[in-house]
Amino acid sequence: MDYIISIMPSLITGAKMTLILFFWTLIVSIPLGIIVSLGLLSRFKPLRLILKFYIWIMRGTPLLLQLIFIFYGLPIIGIIFQRYDAALFAFILNYTAYFAEIFRGGFQSIPVGQYESARVLRLSYWQTLSHIIIPQVSKIVIPSIGNEVINLVKDTSLVYVIGLGELLRAGNVATARDVTLVPLVIVGIIYLMMTGIASFLLKKIEHNFAKWK
Amino acid sequence: MLELKNITKKFGSRLILNKLNLTIPDRQILAIVGPSGAGKTTLLRCLSGLEKIDSGKFLWNGQEFNPAEPDSKNHIIGVVFQSYELFPNLTVIDNITLAPTLVLKETASQAEKQARKLLKQLDLNGKENLYPYQLSGGQQQRVAIVRALAMQPHILCYDEPTSALDPALRTKVGEIILKLKTDNQMTQIIVTHDMEFAHQVADQIFTVKALDDKKVM
Repeated sequence: MDYIISIMPSLITGAKMTLILFFWTLIVSIPLGIIVSLGLLSRFKPLRLILKFYIWIMRGTPLLLQLIFIFYGLPIIGIIFQRYDAALFAFILNYTAYFAEIFRGGFQSIPVGQYESARVLRLSYWQTLSHIIIPQVSKIVIPSIGNEVINLVKDTSLVYVIGLGELLRAGNVATARDVTLVPLVIVGIIYLMMTGIASFLLKKIEHNFAKWK
Repeated sequence: MLELKNITKKFGSRLILNKLNLTIPDRQILAIVGPSGAGKTTLLRCLSGLEKIDSGKFLWNGQEFNPAEPDSKNHIIGVVFQSYELFPNLTVIDNITLAPTLVLKETASQAEKQARKLLKQLDLNGKENLYPYQLSGGQQQRVAIVRALAMQPHILCYDEPTSALDPALRTKVGEIILKLKTDNQMTQIIVTHDMEFAHQVADQIFTVKALDDKKVM
């Protein structure tokens, strides 16, 4: 028990970094994903092609490669990121692509009649989006967004590879130093707690959307 | 008085409406009938600005207006869609007051007062806080009518109002349309393939003919 208490501070510091990455990625990439999905549905073909290409790259290559590319690769051509910035940049780019695809599907499943009835009521495009379309899209996409949120909790451990001190790294350092499994088990438990809380909150949100059909 | 002058609408090279002329006096009910594919709904979509016309003009009391432009001087027409198109994420009262508050800049209490009055008139008392899925088809249609009326249009258009209703509700919607004519002095246009219904409610029946060959212009 004393041992567990002794390693907790470093694990908590690691967990903090994990949570910071997690929240910033969500806060930036969900709205960005909505914007990119609107771009994917725009009538302007060059924009659609560029965004499709971006999503193809982001979803078609490993996040690990993207992290390494940004942190170790880009400095070769003179673009240098700090560890934390590189991690956040890679996560936002990657998760925006996934969210954009999810939202695109959501937008496409709204019947055109909803836009038309908003139009004859003379609502503007943004009024239609914010009051009518986005609430309906949100309800549709929440289960898929939920999956990505859980994935994101676990994917944050990938920043280990660029030497950023997050939870998994803190556990691994303690295990290697003290030759015991305990830190890794605790790391697992902390991840379970984080994904557990995320699932619980998502359930709540889903429940909140269940009052209309 | 609403006048349609030489309205022409094409989809690609297919001619749907060819130099159509029509006059609808105030407080009258006009039924637009005709076979499927003749362009009844297209005519209504042009009139409500959902489709652009290729040529011709719309006049309201002698003034030209363009229903496809959103500003207020073009706001002549309200529409009740065939499938109603209520907003599922909003309660009945919010469905009705959303556009009056956002577009007409009515205060929330003003809009709500007006909405409640109309709901009462259409036998929808007590449904204010329900969501559309909790209503029957006939009730949803009446909410759609109230929602259109709350925007204070000069003319109310219905697309196939009887197509989804059983005979009793069909009679009821006919009564509502007549009541809106006498109580609210509303000018109304009904697109329908239901000839019997058209004869029951309309003052004037206009038949859209299918352009036989839909010939290339």
